[in-house]
Amino acid sequence: MKITSTKESSTLADLLTKKGVSRRDFLKFCSAMTATLALPVNYFERVVKAVEQTKKPVLVWLEFQDCAGNTESLLRASTPSISEVVLDVLSVDYHETIMSAAGRQAEEALAMATAEPGSYLVVVEGSIPTKDRGVYCTIGGRTALDIAQEICGNAMATITCGTCSAYGGIPAAAPNPTGAIGVAEAVPGITVINLPGCPMNVTNLTATVVHFLTFGQLPLTDNFGRPLFAYGSRIHDDCERRAHFDAGQFVEAWGDEAHRAGWCLYKMGCKGPATSHNCPVTRWNDQTNWPIGAGHGCVGCSEPNFWDTMTPIYRRLPNVPGLSVEWTADQVGMVVAGAVAGGFALHGLGSFIRNRVEPIERTEVEVGEE
Amino acid sequence: MAKIVIDPITRIEGHLRIETEVDGGQVTKAWSSSTMWRGIELILQGRDPRDAWYFTQRICGVCTTVHALASVRAVENALRIEIPYNAVLLRNLIGGAQYVQDHVIHFYHLHALDWVDIVSALDADPKATADLAQSISDWPKSGEGYFAAVKNKLATFVGAGQLGPFNNAYWGHPAYKLPPEANLMAVAHYLEALDWQRDVIRIHALLGGKNPHLQTYVVGGMALAIDPNSPSAFNAHQLAELGVLFQRAKEFVEKVYIPDLLAVASFYKDWAAIGAGLGNYMAYGDFPLATGDPNEKPDLLYIPRGLILDKDLSTVHPVEHTKVAEYVTHSWYQYDGGDGQSLHPWQGETTANYTGPEPPYEFLETDNKYSWLKSPRYDGRAVEVGPLARMLVAFASPDAPSHNRVQELVTMVLDHLEVGPEALFSTLGRVAARGIETLLLAEASLQWLDDLKANLARGDLRIHNGELWEPSSWPDQAQGFGWHEAPRGGLGHWVTIENGAIKHYQCVVPSTWNGGPRDANDQPGAYEAALVGTPIADPEQPLEVLRTVHSFDPCMACAAHVVDVTGREITSVKVQ
Repeated sequence: MKITSTKESSTLADLLTKKGVSRRDFLKFCSAMTATLALPVNYFERVVKAVEQTKKPVLVWLEFQDCAGNTESLLRASTPSISEVVLDVLSVDYHETIMSAAGRQAEEALAMATAEPGSYLVVVEGSIPTKDRGVYCTIGGRTALDIAQEICGNAMATITCGTCSAYGGIPAAAPNPTGAIGVAEAVPGITVINLPGCPMNVTNLTATVVHFLTFGQLPLTDNFGRPLFAYGSRIHDDCERRAHFDAGQFVEAWGDEAHRAGWCLYKMGCKGPATSHNCPVTRWNDQTNWPIGAGHGCVGCSEPNFWDTMTPIYRRLPNVPGLSVEWTADQVGMVVAGAVAGGFALHGLGSFIRNRVEPIERTEVEVGEE
Repeated sequence: MAKIVIDPITRIEGHLRIETEVDGGQVTKAWSSSTMWRGIELILQGRDPRDAWYFTQRICGVCTTVHALASVRAVENALRIEIPYNAVLLRNLIGGAQYVQDHVIHFYHLHALDWVDIVSALDADPKATADLAQSISDWPKSGEGYFAAVKNKLATFVGAGQLGPFNNAYWGHPAYKLPPEANLMAVAHYLEALDWQRDVIRIHALLGGKNPHLQTYVVGGMALAIDPNSPSAFNAHQLAELGVLFQRAKEFVEKVYIPDLLAVASFYKDWAAIGAGLGNYMAYGDFPLATGDPNEKPDLLYIPRGLILDKDLSTVHPVEHTKVAEYVTHSWYQYDGGDGQSLHPWQGETTANYTGPEPPYEFLETDNKYSWLKSPRYDGRAVEVGPLARMLVAFASPDAPSHNRVQELVTMVLDHLEVGPEALFSTLGRVAARGIETLLLAEASLQWLDDLKANLARGDLRIHNGELWEPSSWPDQAQGFGWHEAPRGGLGHWVTIENGAIKHYQCVVPSTWNGGPRDANDQPGAYEAALVGTPIADPEQPLEVLRTVHSFDPCMACAAHVVDVTGREITSVKVQ
């Protein structure tokens, strides 16, 4: 039996009603989305209306040089019965990890979903190798680059999930053996919004899609193409351990008394002061926890090139002004950008890899009680 | 004779391509190819060995904990660091949760649709479905109204015309054998399992901050501060929450997964004679029950270490890391000493050498190099790893801590299906072993949680051994290996540290053992061997190939990796 999608489809509100999702759960979902997007309360009605009236937009999910961590994150979608709502908010017509069809039938499904230029959304997970004509990632005999140019090139918009598809991520870490790059660089000129993180937090993906449905445009972004609602503030500023930083109370060893008392992880290498992400607020897995909450420092995973600029992981950040809440994020950002630029200069030398443990000359400024 | 190419193989992690020759209605030859490569081990060179777990964890987001664990163990082995008992238990708990959640996702979301026809479920009678469900389990969500609602949901979904991920599949294929009611029951549990997995994996968030890619491993132990009396550490409240989640995990496995597995398997008993493949099974063993190096005390591993050859369950051979070596004869790499030799991971080298067709291409050149996977061999033999290998080794190892329970569970499954132990060597055997193992680990995890509570009650709050935390305390040179039984099979990381930095790093991964290409002696890998003899009803819709490939639960991002000892630039790629 050949059963394929048809062009006609009901609106989301119809579907949800028929599928037994209660009005109450639906409104809870809209309310959570309004909050995640940091929209004023009076936008709530607008979100409800937008989500209600929309036919399920077609979304295709492409995986290139990936680990499927963002796909797993997608499966963890929480807020009210979200795994169900995500399946229903969108028509996910191509996603290799979850789709039934394989091989030729899968390729046909992709062709059907993307037949009409400008009619679909794309999510990309994983970087795109460009070295040696892209032979380091092929699907159905075609290179990732070839597929991205066609599918993202004709999309309404592309959402990159995870740092790899946004900026190249771990495959692009020095020495970048495969010439890996992010989507915006690989397919210049297209509409892209970046949701970096390792992996991205699915709450931010849902919120981006809802924003798109509500306002007909993608949310405002920063210089790195990241939506401000999710990446507009520093981990350090929203961290539950911030008071301990300001008080000069630091963990000195894993499992010491300070660690058990929840003191600041700065000296254990936490990159929260140099990282913009809403981790402390949205948290992870039904808001159960987040890395710093479980006792390990932030690694800076939502920052471009963090694999090179934020490592070694357990080396404390240089030049973070201590004992002062008055320093602005911009001032800290400039200091960190300086260190990053130093890192890039060394990349150019080509031989730095051997000396990785001490690659970047940084002046350590002691903070805390000393 | 027809050549069938399936690319992409979907419902797996990563990029896998299978080419087969089909003759007389069955597969006569098969080639397994991984078509993506990143070079993560090359990226590791020169970095801080304490960072390696965070990098290698990104090899895979599905097996999100496994490379992190193998990595910290490799570095700890190299530096001779013994971790505290609490850290042993925390690692077991994280691993246990990973097995249970990952295996259930595999069964329902990656594998089930090879056996379950969603569209046929529309013909099911909800009352008969409820009768069926209640006859095999006392799971509370089994009423007629429940199944009627699921059927209605499904009808609405199909009727709305946007089939999403279920579009253009093999519905109605003659190889689907389940009655509509069994299909409806399975579809209902497919949806339930989606919610279940999200809930139980909060175990990882409690223990490691988030899932996927938890952030809690450190060389020497764990970064999760534990103090039952602290509001800011992992405390009594979170211990209690963990208990609830593990209990919930076990209940779903007992009352939904295992009954569904047995019900579905009973309609596909012919698959107990298909897909055996190599007949050699290897397990590194895992889940230490005490502190100390498990390589010196393998008897303390809950799941035992061992090797079974030629399906002979009467002898379990020992496993030694020195006998692991990899070929690149049919892989897109080249060895300095020639591609006919194999190299132990400490000596391993990887220089990319793509000689495949220029994309876009129709067929690979399977007589030459055809995959980004290497071909690992144990003492020269191709072996299968994974749940079936582990359960066979435990079944055949009378002294192993898990032996009695494994024997009970294996016997229960065989009796239920009315088949003998030889049925285990098959596609269906792999599916059954995964279920048995899931229940085993769900039960054992609750025991480890009790052990953790008991140890905390003794006042031991240590999570980390910091004696060798600072690189200045390390020897100039150190070499080690770390093994972990990942859900998909035995995983090994081999590391060489020099002057505080990674000099050489290599991962030999379960899906490389299983999915790798032929070696210099033309021995096929486990997928390639298992596919031979697979019946094909319709070459245009090779559903049966997916059944056997999926029974291994492929993870290709894990499998394709690179190492380079010397830090050379990868050579330029020759395209023929």
